[in-house]
This record gives sequence, C-alpha cells and structure tokens, in this order.
Amino acid sequence: MFPFLTVLVALPAIGAALLWALPSSALTRVREIALGITVVEAVLFVIMALQFDKGDAGAFQFSETYAWIPQIGASWALGVNGIGLLMVALSVILVPLAILAAWREDKIPARRRHYLALILLSQAFMVGIFAARDVFLFYVLFEAMLIPMYFLIGSFGGAQRRYAAVKFLLYSLVGGLIMLVAVVALYFAGPGGEQAFLTEGLTGTLDLTTTQERLMFVAFFLAFAIKAPMVPVHTWLPTVAEEARAGTTALLVAVLDKIGTFGMITLCLALFPEAAQWAAPAIIVLAVISVIYGALLAIGQKDMLRLVAFTSVSHFGIMVLGIFAFQATSVEGAALYMFNHGLSTGALFLLVGFLISRTGTADVDAYGGLQRIVPVFAGTFLVVGLSALSLPGLSPFVSEIMVLVGAYPVASVAVIISAISVVLAALYILLTYKKVFTGGVPADKPATTRDLSLREKLVAWPLVGLMLLLGFVPGIAIDYLREPSADVVAHVTLEEADA
Amino acid sequence: MNFVTPTIDWAALTPIIIVLGAASVGILIEAFVKSPVTRRTVQLGLAVVSLAAALGVVIAQWATLEGAGTVAMAGMLTVDRQALAWMSILLVFGILAMLLFASRDGGGAFTELGASTPGSLEEKLARRAGLAVTEVYPLALFAVGGMMLFTCVTDLVFLFVALEVFSLPLYIMVALSRRRRYLSHEAALKYFLLGAFSSAIFIFGVALVYGATTVTNLDMIGRGVTMIADADPILLTGAVMVVVGLMFKIGAVPFHSWVPDAYQGAPTPLTAFMGAATKAAATAALVRVMFVAFAPLEWELSWLIWAVAIASMLLGTVVALVQTDIKRMLAYSAVAHAGFILVAFAGLEGEALTALPFYLLAYGLGTIGAFAVVSQVRERAEDGGVGAEAVRLGQWAGLGKRSPLLAGSMALFLLSFAGIPLTAGFIGKFEAFSAAVAGGAWVLVLIAVLASAVAAFFYVRLIVLMFFTDAPEGAEETIAIEDSALTRTVIYVTAAAILILGILPAGVLDLFADASVLLVNAG
Repeated sequence: MFPFLTVLVALPAIGAALLWALPSSALTRVREIALGITVVEAVLFVIMALQFDKGDAGAFQFSETYAWIPQIGASWALGVNGIGLLMVALSVILVPLAILAAWREDKIPARRRHYLALILLSQAFMVGIFAARDVFLFYVLFEAMLIPMYFLIGSFGGAQRRYAAVKFLLYSLVGGLIMLVAVVALYFAGPGGEQAFLTEGLTGTLDLTTTQERLMFVAFFLAFAIKAPMVPVHTWLPTVAEEARAGTTALLVAVLDKIGTFGMITLCLALFPEAAQWAAPAIIVLAVISVIYGALLAIGQKDMLRLVAFTSVSHFGIMVLGIFAFQATSVEGAALYMFNHGLSTGALFLLVGFLISRTGTADVDAYGGLQRIVPVFAGTFLVVGLSALSLPGLSPFVSEIMVLVGAYPVASVAVIISAISVVLAALYILLTYKKVFTGGVPADKPATTRDLSLREKLVAWPLVGLMLLLGFVPGIAIDYLREPSADVVAHVTLEEADA
Repeated sequence: MNFVTPTIDWAALTPIIIVLGAASVGILIEAFVKSPVTRRTVQLGLAVVSLAAALGVVIAQWATLEGAGTVAMAGMLTVDRQALAWMSILLVFGILAMLLFASRDGGGAFTELGASTPGSLEEKLARRAGLAVTEVYPLALFAVGGMMLFTCVTDLVFLFVALEVFSLPLYIMVALSRRRRYLSHEAALKYFLLGAFSSAIFIFGVALVYGATTVTNLDMIGRGVTMIADADPILLTGAVMVVVGLMFKIGAVPFHSWVPDAYQGAPTPLTAFMGAATKAAATAALVRVMFVAFAPLEWELSWLIWAVAIASMLLGTVVALVQTDIKRMLAYSAVAHAGFILVAFAGLEGEALTALPFYLLAYGLGTIGAFAVVSQVRERAEDGGVGAEAVRLGQWAGLGKRSPLLAGSMALFLLSFAGIPLTAGFIGKFEAFSAAVAGGAWVLVLIAVLASAVAAFFYVRLIVLMFFTDAPEGAEETIAIEDSALTRTVIYVTAAAILILGILPAGVLDLFADASVLLVNAG
C-alpha cells in the first residue's frame, strides 16, 4: 500500500529543506512554492481520507512500521484512527490558510523564506505527532517540534517576542523532560524488545505497581497539560499569543496545543487507565478552574490576541473535562471539540491578525465603529466570534453540548459550573465585538480601512463554511470519533471493573 | 625470584604503536626540518596520516577480532571491542583536532615561541621570523596514544603510566596560546598542579588497593574484593581514591576546579581536543575500573557516584547560567555533562557499556564543533588584522544574520548539548538515562532531567543572542568572522555527524552494542 502517512510527514519536511536551499533568484516565488507544497499535501490527505474505513474507525489504519532504532525499541510506526485522522486534517487545512494569511507579512524575501520554511517544518512534525503509533517517536517529534516553534515565535512578532519564545521553550521543555523519565521507564515496564515502544504493544501489558503507574501518568499528564494550556501551567500562552505573529499563534493554538489533549486520550488513558481513574477527580477540578478562570480573564483583556488565548484556556478546560469524565459521549465531544476549536480559534486569530495588519494594534480600545467601514470583515468576525461562544448552528456548539451532556451523569457539579462559561463567553465575545465594530469611530483614527480582500476571504470563509457544515451535520465528523472514543472509555472503565 | 619476560602481542598493540611511533618521528622532524612552513605541513601530514592509519588498523582489528578480544602483555592490556570502540572515538577526535590545530586564521592558535616572555622583544622577533611551535602535533599524538592506552589498560599501575603519558603533553600545550598568553600560562600551571594532585591521589589509592588485595590487575582485584570481608576500610579508601583520580580527569564536581580555567586559557583548538578526548578517555578507564575491579563494591561506591553526579549537574548548570565568557560557559557545561556521564554509572548496568561510548561520541563531536566555531569569531585588532577570539557573550549578538551557517551549526551543537531530540545528544542522554533507570536510579534520572531543563536555558540564551538579538552598532568593525577552510570543514563535518547520529543512530548503536562486553583477562 502507498505509505500515505510517511509521505504526509516527509513532504513538508522536504519542502522546508527545499525552501532553505532555494537560490536567491527564486526567492520571489517562495510563497507560491510553499503554498503549492501544502496544497499537494492537502490533496494527498484527501485521497487518503477517502480510503479510510469509517466502519473501523477505532483501529489504526494506513499503518506503517519500520525498524528505526531497534536497540532502544523505537520504531518508525505511523497510523491513524478516527481521532488522529481528524487532527491530521486540522493541520492540513490550517497550514495553507496560515501561509495565505502571511502572504504580505514579510517585506524581505529572505525572511519570508525563513518563516514559510519553519511553518512547513512544523507541519511535518504536527502530522508526525498525530500519526505516531510509537511512544518514542511521539516523544521525539513532540520535543523536536519546539525548535521550529521557538524560532517562529522568537524571530517574527512583537517587541517582547524573544522573552515569549524562551518562556514557551522552557515551559514545554520542563514538561517534555519530565515525560522523558516516564518514557524511559516505559521501556522497562513494557514488553521490551525491538518494538518496545509501539503503543499497541504497551497498552494493557504494562507491569507496574500502582505508585509507579501513577507517577508515570503524572509525568505524561504534566507535559500534556502544559501543551493544552491548563491552569496553573497556562501562563506561557497569553505571552506567546501577544508577542508572536497572529498566524503563528493560530497554528500553535488551533493545531499544536491539541497535541496535549490528543496525548491525554491516546497515551494517558490508553497506557495508564487505572491512574487516569485515580487522578480524574483532581483533573476535573483543574479543568473546571481553567474553564472559569480563562473565561473571566478573557473578559478583562484589552489585547485581542491575549483575549483569544484566554478563551482557549477556557475551551481546553472543557475538552479536558470531557476526556476525564470517561463517558463515550463526553470523550467523543471532546475529540470533536478539538477539531472545531481548531477551526474557530484558528479563524479568530487569523482575523485579529488581519486587523493588526491594517492598523498595527490589537488593542480593543483603539477601534470602534468598524461595522460601517468594513461590513464584510465585521460580519465574518461576528460569525467566527459567535462560534467561539458556541452558538447553535455553528460546530463548536455541538461539541460543547456533547461534552456537557455526556459528562453530566458523573460530574454534574463540574458540568453546571462549566456551563456558566457559556454566559461568560457571550460577554467576552460580544463586548469585544461591540467595542471594535459598533458605535462611533474614535476621533483620532482614520475612517478608511480596507475591507476583507479576496485573499483574506479565501482564508476566513472556508473555515466559516466548515463550521457551518459541521454545525448542521456534525454526523460526518462524529462518525470518525464514535468508535475510538468508545474504545478508550471501554478500556478505562473495564480496567476499573477488574480492580 | 625470577622474572619471566611476558610475551607481547605486538599485533594487538599496532594502533597504539603507530600513534606513539609517529609522535616520536614528529619530535625528530622538529630537529631536522628547518623551515617552519614545511615543518608544519610535514607534521600535519604525519599526524593525520598516522591517526588515519591507526583508525584503519582499529577497524581491521574490529572486523577480525575473534571471541571477546585479545589479552596482551601478560594481562596488563586487553584489546576487546569496548577498547576498540573507545580507541576509534579517540582517533576520530584526534583527526578533527589536528585539522583545527593546523588552521592559520589570525596567525594560528599557538604561540610562535613558547619560551618567550609575553610582550617581550624576543616574542616580536620570533613573530617577525615566522617561527611556529609545531611541536603541538607530536605532543598531541603522544596525548592520543596515551589516551588509547588508557582505554585498554587492565592494570592499575600501568593505568597510572598511561594517565601521565596523555596528561603531560596536555599541560604543555595549554600554555602555548598565541594570545592572552598570561592567561594561558596561568591555566597551564593550575591544570598541572591540580593534575599532579589528582595523580598523587590516584597512585595513593592504587597503593591502598594493592595493600588490601596484593594485586594491581583489575580482574584479580575484582576477584579479590569478593573474597575480602566487606567494608574493608583500606580497600574502600583505596577504591574511592582511584575513582576520584579518574573523576578529576572527567571534570566532575568537586574535582572540577581546573576545568573552567584550563578551558578558558588554553588555545581554543586544544580546548576542543581536551574537552572531547580527555573526558572520553577518562570515562573509558572509569568504565573498566568500575565494571571489572570494583563491581563487587557497587553498593559501597554508589553514594560517591550519586553525590558527585548530582553535584556536577547542579553546580555545572547553575554556574554556567551566570557566565559571560563563552569558553567558561562551555566549560561549566562540560562539568554538568560529567554529571550526566556519571548518571549512567548508577547501578553498573550493562546498558552503560553501550550508552557511554555513544554519549561521549556525541558530546565530543559537539564540543569539537562548538569550540571550532568559537575559534572563528574574532575581535578585530587595532591594526585592522584579526585579533583574539571574541569570547564575551555580547559579542556574539547578531551572528545569525552575519553568518547563518556558522551560527546555525553552533545552535545545532548547543541543542545537542541540551539533549533536544533529532540531535546526537538526545540519543546519548536517552541511552545514559536508560542505563540508570535499568539500575533502579530513577531519582537520579529525575534530577538529571531537571538539570537538563535548567541547562537548556543557558544554551538557548546563546541561541537567542545569535539569532534574535541585533548586533550592536559597529559590530562589523569590531568583530571579524574568520573563514578558514580547515576549521569550517571540521565544523560542518561535526554538525552533519550530530544530525546523522541524532536521526539515524541505529548503525552506530549496533556497533557499540557489540562493544558492550568487557573481556576479563586473568585466566
């Protein structure tokens, strides 16, 4: 069979190398080349997705396993189940849009080349992480991912970008290195041999005492909680969002941070089901705190990028709540939310980026009355904003309801408290919309700002379209998630029955 | 009492004989070839060819080795796969270092006349006459030969001889810097005094061990130890002192105080060589001593390994954080790495025999590459020529813009030191930590991991400086970037090796896995 996943990982990586090797005379075409590569990637992905057997979405498909470092039990093992497929889809959709959004960002071609190559490199890592079926491979990509992100944040963005890059790197590195101890320990707890790190080989076979399992669970969970920013280890995200370029942040929050929740589902729950049960109450409390705390802080933000970052902290809290409720519907909802949140927040960050590219500021107070000047922009922003507050008819609504309803039977208090965030979300989105787009234009601001250009529409509208589609017919995505979610839940709760 | 002349297996010793023989020939060349320019070419050619030949012989020995290995010289030397692996690592380091020594940028790294007083008329005359201290090539060959011997010696007294054979040339060479000569002299003196001190501790330890066991052969000590009632204070004291003597050479806390000064004061190409090769040779010897002689004392010595490892990792990383001199920063990073190396010794698991050669190979390549980069970033002298190395961190600001390949390679070396995946350093750390976890020392691994996170901070700080900070006004005038073909070759070769070993390490790991058997020789 055609090694789809390896090609999907290799293509952007080779593309990045190609961009760096490009002679300076060809630099004027660098954007077209980068976009072309991501489009080819998307086409390949669509061909693969069409062959995906929905009836068997819980199993890993397109599996490839090659020996990589047999001495330490690491394999180049790729494969996606329904959840992985949707996550790969998310990165395949958002990367070309981010490239399109950055079309006019860099004036100097060499810098533009640098930016696009880094974006392509991170795409390679993202696809690899979501498709990894080997814990060692997952870890390696998880950590290596930091390098392009670090340079993306540190080289392109606001005045404090270096500080933001270092903060991002240190947070992620601490989490990652603690996870490394658990990864090493996994080798000795698992079956060993040349394929010691294959996820399926490790699932259910670990020979661990309760304490060991809990410690290893915590090590993995900490790394993922930092990625999917949960209170209290979320503080790097607002800083990065504020300082990095909006397109970078869009990719970071919309796709990359999903690695955190993705890892919780595919590794934390699969490998350490008993410890997950044990930790669930505490994690749910943290998740609820994230939901409320993120929403409250979002209301107080003047900077739109920080605002969106805090809304994400809140939304990630809901995903984590859904995952650790261990109900088929709630896990399904959380997985769907991962995808929908990517669309919604990705669009929101990119739109704020467009706004910044016009006026140079993300400060809410600097704007007013844009509705009359740029009606199309305002309309698009409103729809995307409404998706972030989970308005029915837009896709995040479905997933949020699934999480809340699914988790209610086991965590009713947590669900009731989290539901308050829907009201808070209405506050932070609508207040922002009101300040920026309605009312009068501030006297010191020129009243002539361009409306959405064709390019910008091409970036924003596909995302809006997808959100509408999945808002009305969520079944097309849920079909991919039902089985893997049910498998995870069965795995965790069955273990409990044994104990 | 009659002595039996031991039969010597010359074939097994060929690589060492080639290197030491070439060193002796090199000394003669010093006497007979007058022109400094010709002499330099001849010496460099001889050094590289002899090292390459020795490497070829080592590879041939590896390919034809029967059984576990060869015992030579009445059990004093063991040429097994572990020793061959270390020898080949040292030879590779040696070849790379020779190329750095030969680089002529800024007039070369070594002084014209070691005996002249800095700043004196004599020094000026020597410079005008175009003199050159080409003794560094034979001296370095002696050092490499001694280190190779160090990796395969299985007798404590002979081990001491090998230790001195490779240490003495290093003491001399540290003093031979062309610039900042007083600093270089001071460094050499400190290195020598502390080195002599450590040698004394080592040989005293050997005497005590001999007193307790009546033998000096490692294997026989190992057997003797099991027969002695445990916690024999003389044996334990002796064992601790022998290990401490080796820890001096590895540069672990609290025996590290020579490291920052020697690294800073030495000519940078020599720092590269010393940083990479001394650590590797000393680790190789420590492997043999710990695994063969003192394995039964594992429990008694583990507190020493743990304490020194933790102290090295913590002190190395914390002190490196506040350094403003790039050579000192890398020196403290070397101290921290000494700690990571010792982590692999926890529990004395067989995995360490694969992990350590890989770790030291990865670390050594990174060290040679990093110091090679340091030697390329120069201050501009007042007369417009190329001056001393620009070692203040601030002087590296904006290097990424001026010289992306150089800064990119440096970033790669630093990421490898930090143990970021897809670099050789990560695989090395993973292997070392695996060995420790296999030995049950996961607490030590946890500390090591936290130290790695702190260490990442100062490596990253330099990357930030190079790539994200704009060069200060007038940097073009004050900082010169050298472009020496030899040094650049070394930088790119090491960078490529770091990447390859990081992404596709399976082949090399296989070789080192084959090497993870120590031949026990006293039959």
